[in-house]
Order: sequence, then C-alpha cells, then structure tokens
Amino acid sequence: MTEMRRVTAIRNGTVVDHIPSGYAMQVIRILRIDMDRATPVSLVMNVPSDKLGRKDVLKIEDRELDQEDLDRLALIAPAASIAIIRNHAVAEKMKVELADDLVNITKCSFLNCITKNNREPLPQRMRVISRDPMEVRCYYCGRGQEIDEMIENII
Amino acid sequence: MGDLVTMDDLTNDDIVAVLDDAERLVPVAKGEVLLPLLQGKVLANMFFENSTRTRMSFETAMKRLGGSVLNFSSIGTSVSKGETLFDTMQMIDGYADVAAIRHSRQGAAQYSADAVEIPVLNAGDGAGNHPTQTMLDLFTIRQAHGTLEGLNVVLVGDLRYGRTAHSLSHALVRFGASLTMVSPASLKMPVEIVSDLRSHGANVTETETLNDQIAEADVIYMTRIQKERFPDEEEYAKVAGIYKIEATDLVGAKKDMIVMHPLPRVDEISPSVDSTEYARYFQQAFNGVPTRMALLCKSLGVEVPKKVKK
Repeated sequence: MTEMRRVTAIRNGTVVDHIPSGYAMQVIRILRIDMDRATPVSLVMNVPSDKLGRKDVLKIEDRELDQEDLDRLALIAPAASIAIIRNHAVAEKMKVELADDLVNITKCSFLNCITKNNREPLPQRMRVISRDPMEVRCYYCGRGQEIDEMIENII
Repeated sequence: MGDLVTMDDLTNDDIVAVLDDAERLVPVAKGEVLLPLLQGKVLANMFFENSTRTRMSFETAMKRLGGSVLNFSSIGTSVSKGETLFDTMQMIDGYADVAAIRHSRQGAAQYSADAVEIPVLNAGDGAGNHPTQTMLDLFTIRQAHGTLEGLNVVLVGDLRYGRTAHSLSHALVRFGASLTMVSPASLKMPVEIVSDLRSHGANVTETETLNDQIAEADVIYMTRIQKERFPDEEEYAKVAGIYKIEATDLVGAKKDMIVMHPLPRVDEISPSVDSTEYARYFQQAFNGVPTRMALLCKSLGVEVPKKVKK
C-alpha cells in the first residue's frame, strides 16, 4: 500500500501532500475547513516521507483549493504539493509559494499595532522577511509573528 | 524621499546629504539668516500623542523657512468624536503640503503615509520608530566626532519601548558602529531589531551594567524609562531610576565622549553633568531645528542652496 492510499481515494476534491508532520490540524484550521462541517476530510499523520522525513497528508472531498487558499497554506506548509482530483484522476497539480506580501491572511498579534483598531479601513499586511527559517513581520508595526500566532489570528 | 517612516527610507548617501544641508541651515535655524525656501508651503503637525521638542522644532523649522503650520491635537477635534486616523489624514491631504505625525500606536505612520498623497514624516509611532530624532542624533554625533563611521555607542535605559534607540541603532550600524546596549532584562532591545542589527554585521553587546562601559564609549545615549509605555505600575517601579549618571561617573571617560539624551529626562542624567564638556543634550535638542528644516526641504523636493549667505 502506498502512503497516499492509507485512506480511500477521493472522486473529486483536493489532496494536500507534504504537510510538515503534525501540522494537518493547523492546515484544516487555516483553510477554514473546520468551519464547514459538511466537507468530508481524510487525514493521514506522521507517515514516512523521502522529502520531509515524516509528513501529514489531507484529502478534502468536493472542494478545489484556489490561489487564496494556497497563499494561506504557504504559511505552515511551504513545501506542500497540491493535486486537484476530478473523477478519480489528477486533473491539475499546484505548488504552494509563499508571497512576499501577505494581505488579509492573518492579523498582527501585537496589541499596540495600528491594525488593532478595528474601525480603521486598512488591510492586514505581513511582509515575508525570510523563508528558511520563516520570518514574517507586520508591514505596519514591524513586529515579528510566531507561526502559532499567525494560525490563531487567521482571517 | 517623500515619506520618512523608518530609517530604511534613507540611504547612507541620503543621510549624509541631509546632514550637510542641515549644517548649512544652522544660521537660518538660529534666525540669523532669512531664507524663505518653503514660503507658501503648509506643514500639518499631526500630534495624536504628547510632544514638546518634536512638535515645536518642526514648527520652528517650518516657520524659519517661511512656511506655515497647522497644529493638530487629538483633544477637542473630530478624533475625540471617533473619527478614524484614515479620515483625519484624508482631510489633511487637502489642507497641507507635508505632515509630521506622532501617534501612540505602532505602525500609524506607515498607515498614514499609505493613506495620503502628501509626504508623511514619522515623528514617533508608539514604541516603533522616530527617524527625524535619529537624524538630529546623527547630526549631533557628527558635529562632535566629525564622522559617523566606526564609533562605539552605548545605548542606555528603555531599549524595549524606546523608539529613539530603535531608529538610531538601525542607522548607526549602517555606518559601522559598535553598539553596547545597557538595559534591565525586562527592557531589552526587541529581538527582531537585534537580529536585524547583527544581520548587518554589527558588533552588538547586551549588558545590564553601565559603569563598565563608560571608559570606551564615544557616545553615551541615555533614554528615559517611559512610565506611559508600561502595562502596569508595579513593573515600572521595578526598573525606574535604575541608571543614573553623575558628573563623577564620567572621570576616566574619553575626552571627546558625549552624553546625549532625546529628553525629557527624569533622573537618568544628574544636573551635575550639565556643566561638563560631555553634556550634549541641549545642543541635541536645538539640532532638531536645522535637521528638520533639511528633512522638510527634502520631502517637498526643495533644494537647499550650496551656500547659505550670512
């Protein structure tokens, strides 16, 4: 049995492969799948991977991820590979890429940042300073953001 | 240049050129020479947080160059009725040619700069940046040492919330300074700033004791422990008054060492230092005028003449 087949193949939807081991639940959160209780999701955690040592895999039925989803996903799974499945076959493959600027993906965690004033009509913006190790800062206040905080503050 | 939000908005060449302009503008700043370079221009002084020196020196700078000033305070204006910063800045965009903004929230200057067409000069945003202060600090350092290159600078006090120390350290490492940061553990320089400084190849030392640093220093930059930035009184009480320089502490300092302070001081520098040759903080406060004159000219695209006649 290949690692991908530990759970049943899906007819239509998305397979998110090469998620860092232990982060599948955060991916579910960041893609806001947990808010939609109608989407069937299969989850494989901590399976061996040539690329990552260990990895998680998600199969999301009847939902095709779009670019905005990929931008979010890049925060926690920058090496993820995405396969869009249509009628049991891979119809499209996509790579996740962390943009230089993250707009309206996650809110700044710093309490005294100007973005904490909810009435100000400004976008939430983060700048990616480096990718490995990942360093993300608020465009406005310059504060560094921890990965867990970014997941917590996802928009 | 246009906007000046952080020191990253100026190259090293820009910094040197602005300091050169400021040097030529000193007689104008003192009122000895009339040079109405900014006649007909309007500066909006947008101070959402208290200020004495910064607001007044911006105002003097603009007026000495023949321009005029709109002084805004958040008390008694539409801000107290709940107007957003965005809306307030939109209004100013139509009233003024350039704005200086101070705000208690970090990032407010960048936000304002993005919201309007006119150039915005950051006059202090929360515990973030204070680049016009940095420019006058650099002016003062160059005035004393004749150079900005390779100095040994000791920053003392509240390095966590002290925006002047943040902006100044960013600028100094670009000129090869060695930085010693003296603060209590709870007020250390934020990690992202130290990491930035080190990635520029800076020699940064962090310590809690000041006295050992005095003999080797070219500049001692004292800062106030800012009561208003502490979340609670108890935390403030633990560190208030932790560093204090007396004139007697400076015996053994280098002859050309200078003591600076962005002011206001509470008790970090004893009045006994004022009459020593090391004291430079009042000169530093004056230097805000020619430096801000040069920055106003630069942001408005007005060239400072190569010779300013006395």
